[in-house]
Amino acid sequence: MFNLSDLYQQVIIDHTKSPRNFGRLEPCNHDAEGYNPLCGDQLHVYLQINDSNVIEDVKFEGQGCSISTASASLMTEALKGKSVDEFEHLFEAFHTMATADISETPDEAVLGKLAVLAGVKEFPARIKCATLCWHTLKSAIEDGGTARTE
Amino acid sequence: MKHDISVIRGDFPILHQEVYGKPLVYLDNAATTQKPQCVIDTVRHYYEKDNANIHRGVHLLSERATADYEAARETIRLFFNAKSSKEVVFTRGATESINLVATSWGNANVGKGDEVLITHMEHHSNIVPWQMLCDRVGASLKVVPMNAAGELEMDAFETLLSDRTKLVGVVHMSNALGTINPVGTMIKKAHAVGAKVLVDGAQAAAHMAVDLQALDADFYVTSAHKMYGPTGVGVLVGREVLLDAMPPYQGGGDMILTVTFEKSQYNDLPHKFEAGTPNIAGAIGFGRAIKYIESIGFKAIEACEKKLLTYAIQKAADFDGLRQIGTAGNRACILSFVLDGVHPHDLGTILDREGVAIRAGHHCAMPVMQFYGVPATARASFSIYNTKAEVDVLFTALAKAQAMFA
Ligand SMILES: Cc1ncc(COP(=O)(O)O)c(C=O)c1O
Repeated sequence: MFNLSDLYQQVIIDHTKSPRNFGRLEPCNHDAEGYNPLCGDQLHVYLQINDSNVIEDVKFEGQGCSISTASASLMTEALKGKSVDEFEHLFEAFHTMATADISETPDEAVLGKLAVLAGVKEFPARIKCATLCWHTLKSAIEDGGTARTE
Repeated sequence: MKHDISVIRGDFPILHQEVYGKPLVYLDNAATTQKPQCVIDTVRHYYEKDNANIHRGVHLLSERATADYEAARETIRLFFNAKSSKEVVFTRGATESINLVATSWGNANVGKGDEVLITHMEHHSNIVPWQMLCDRVGASLKVVPMNAAGELEMDAFETLLSDRTKLVGVVHMSNALGTINPVGTMIKKAHAVGAKVLVDGAQAAAHMAVDLQALDADFYVTSAHKMYGPTGVGVLVGREVLLDAMPPYQGGGDMILTVTFEKSQYNDLPHKFEAGTPNIAGAIGFGRAIKYIESIGFKAIEACEKKLLTYAIQKAADFDGLRQIGTAGNRACILSFVLDGVHPHDLGTILDREGVAIRAGHHCAMPVMQFYGVPATARASFSIYNTKAEVDVLFTALAKAQAMFA
């Protein structure tokens, strides 16, 4: 059986208690809000993308549960300095990891530290908490308003 | 009747199971209650022996189904002490009942410049239908404020009442806070300015005796599933003169006497408001659930639930870092709270793995969350089958959650 400690790993607790890249980003040329109506998680992501399509800086603010906060914090860490194309790639990999069959092991080569969130797939009610920030960031890059989990 | 907890727990088969290897502790009763064996058997019996459409067959099964359906209506009438069974309309639940009134009564009786007065602690189902009505007809929605304990400000209520007030919508017992509102007093004051009153009894009806003639409510709504009955069925109990004057809500079979392409003649109450084949098994199961409540009696129910809530409130007060949301003097069965350092959603997941089912979220009462400045709360809600030992399990699990994030 999957245990709680598989979901709430130390890295996740750590990012919950001291989220990285937390706050408003100024200047920023892309931003979007994300909202999970089910649990009230609210998230705002900010991006500065340069002319060569590289994410120079990324930050987030808002309030949410441990999983959504840690996921956003880990995401910002992973994306700084990455190109938009690399983001698309990571987005797919993350999404697959969060929704894949339990037997599948996450692709740590691609996902790196983000793989600590693999546990959410065993907690169906919490998958959206982990994916909210990714959808929000995607909509910020595509310049589209508010992302919702449903 | 004596309230023997082990007998009562024995009536609910679902309670006797393990989740994640731990005994189930079901503390999400405000969302929906579990069903006693007698209700399950009644619904099953209906489908095994009596299933037929009602009010239209000449055959025996249809006669039996119709008789049982109408008998359930009479059981519900007696339970709420409504004047006549014409006043008892079966619906899909509290939500549909409110929408029925907001649409049918509202469209006919609320106009431009009029006001609908609700309270800050309403469930979304007693907010949104009135907002929609106000948008349609150009009326405005007013809100009775509450104090920090989660009690309505009665002075403000009186100030807000005026001859522009056409309807007061108030929750009898708040699902987010547990507050029991003084609906009797509010009804008197509302009637004094000529307003009608709809009381949302979705939470209250399972926990306290409701005498609609004594209350003098114009509309009272509830859902069976929060009263040990099936989902998908509920009632609107309305004053006969009002229901009689109201246009139908939906058109279709059963709600008519005659139909021609030129004109239809509507059926009598309560059938005028029951278009289409209703949830027959659900209504019959609802009737059985009410008989079950009556077999225990509200005296015993209230005494046992009060003891449990008092015990939980005391444990909550002694628990470091726990803030109760809603501390009304008159409240029932609900412990809503936030815990320092642990988001309610995480609490919900962690408690689940300890076998404890609670609700985490905004409880369909977002204005209440906004009032307290929290995105969500954790809510444990109690029922007749819960025990002090289960409250202890809840608090042990809370301590465990707190330790995880320490
Ligand atoms: C106070 C209150 N009103 C209305 C409702 C709506 O009930 P239903 O969803 O059964 O229509 C609920 C259910 O959560 C409630 O708690």
